[in-house]
Amino acid sequence: MTIHFVVHDEGDSVGVVVVEGLSASNRINGWVMDQDKMIEFDAKSDIPIGHKLAIRPIKAGDTIIKYGVDIGKAVADIAAGEHLHVHNVKTKRW
Amino acid sequence: MGMDLKGSSFEGWRRENGRMGVRNHVVVLPVDDLSNAAAEAVANNIKGAMAIPHAYGRLQFGADLDLHFRTLIGTGTNPNVAAVIVIGIEPGWTGKIVEGIAASGKPVEGFAIEQNGDINTIASASRAAYRMVKHASRLKKVKAPLVELWVSTKCGESDTTSGLASCPTVGNAFDKLWEAGHTLVFGETTELTGGEHLVAARCRTPEIRQQFQAMFDRYQGVIEANKTSDLSDSQPTKGNIEGGLTTIEEKALGNIQKIGKKCLVDGVLDKAEAPTGSGLWFMDSSSAAAEMVTLCAASGYAVHFFPTGQGNVIGNPILPVIKLTANPRTQRTMSEHIDVDVTGLLQKRMNMDEAGEALLDCMLRTADGELTAAELLGHREFSLTRLYESA
Repeated sequence: MTIHFVVHDEGDSVGVVVVEGLSASNRINGWVMDQDKMIEFDAKSDIPIGHKLAIRPIKAGDTIIKYGVDIGKAVADIAAGEHLHVHNVKTKRW
Repeated sequence: MGMDLKGSSFEGWRRENGRMGVRNHVVVLPVDDLSNAAAEAVANNIKGAMAIPHAYGRLQFGADLDLHFRTLIGTGTNPNVAAVIVIGIEPGWTGKIVEGIAASGKPVEGFAIEQNGDINTIASASRAAYRMVKHASRLKKVKAPLVELWVSTKCGESDTTSGLASCPTVGNAFDKLWEAGHTLVFGETTELTGGEHLVAARCRTPEIRQQFQAMFDRYQGVIEANKTSDLSDSQPTKGNIEGGLTTIEEKALGNIQKIGKKCLVDGVLDKAEAPTGSGLWFMDSSSAAAEMVTLCAASGYAVHFFPTGQGNVIGNPILPVIKLTANPRTQRTMSEHIDVDVTGLLQKRMNMDEAGEALLDCMLRTADGELTAAELLGHREFSLTRLYESA
């Protein structure tokens, strides 16, 4: 079975796409590394390899969690399964 | 069943100061930008001599000049170097670098261009290089315990696969090397931003934690004083963003995976400073790949681990750079740059221990003389760190 995206920890807000050519509406398999379990999802955007998708609904202003740690804040609402990147998330530093 | 690091050995060259090297380079080292042409001419005349041109070395002063000298002297002293020709525009600073390298007991000769001209300087330096390459080619390899191999790390053109897989692979190998008593280093001060508390928590003593925090805070001060934006055009880099990294915090958390789960930070180093004992050292350094790898070489490291996501192609003139990637697109499109393919990690075809072993196996082969991708492709990036403007 192909793993389409990987999540560091089940408490994270995001997963990372690890295959090329992922399209919106694809049914995708995710591997949660720390807990070693599989989850399934519907992709809501075309997402390039290496880019992230939200794995839960996120509101503007919410903290984004990856590796179980704060990696920045949402600047727009993001639906579960949607592409999450520099257009909707910014650093809290600098 | 993992590799028995404590029982392993490698074959390399034992230098006059006792250090073990894995390459046997004769380098022609310019003191300054003006001497690059002569250095390159000497390397062209004598096969087996390698020029290391660079852009600086004039009108530097204070700590910036100290760093220039420390980096060049450290480069010449590195155990992967058998002998050194130093060429400068004038004899004063040339002599300082010759003296610094000579302190290690290594064969070194200096040449100054003023009152000689390029042509006579090239002739004299070429004769010296001829003797040195002859000398180096006679040196025999000897066997040494693997623990004498110093290993550095820095990642580049990182993406999300770096934090998921290639950096943790280095972390797995570093945990094993650290437990076996190796001398290791990591750095990239600004690229810890967002995860600095995790590194601080790994410092072995409160004193080391304080030294680390002071280095981190100083560098944040440089960013704060000079930034004109949120740095989103520089950190993460355009390549990082293309690869899916969104913020400096996310990049830093991936970066920090290189120090594994067990290693403690045993001490801190200034740029190009040599460690005084074994263990994991943190070097306060630039996060730019060529600058950081150049500083690792100047500190005396003999092999380098370089995880990449999007495919940084870096090498170094004297320090073999072992590249690994977990990004299947990079592996597919740029495989000639990759020494260790860990893409299997993301499809569960390989576990982290197996990836760490594959990297250690490549390290052993590299130490025994197998050329890295960067060596085969002629990547010899040598980038000196500047602290501020010239006088």
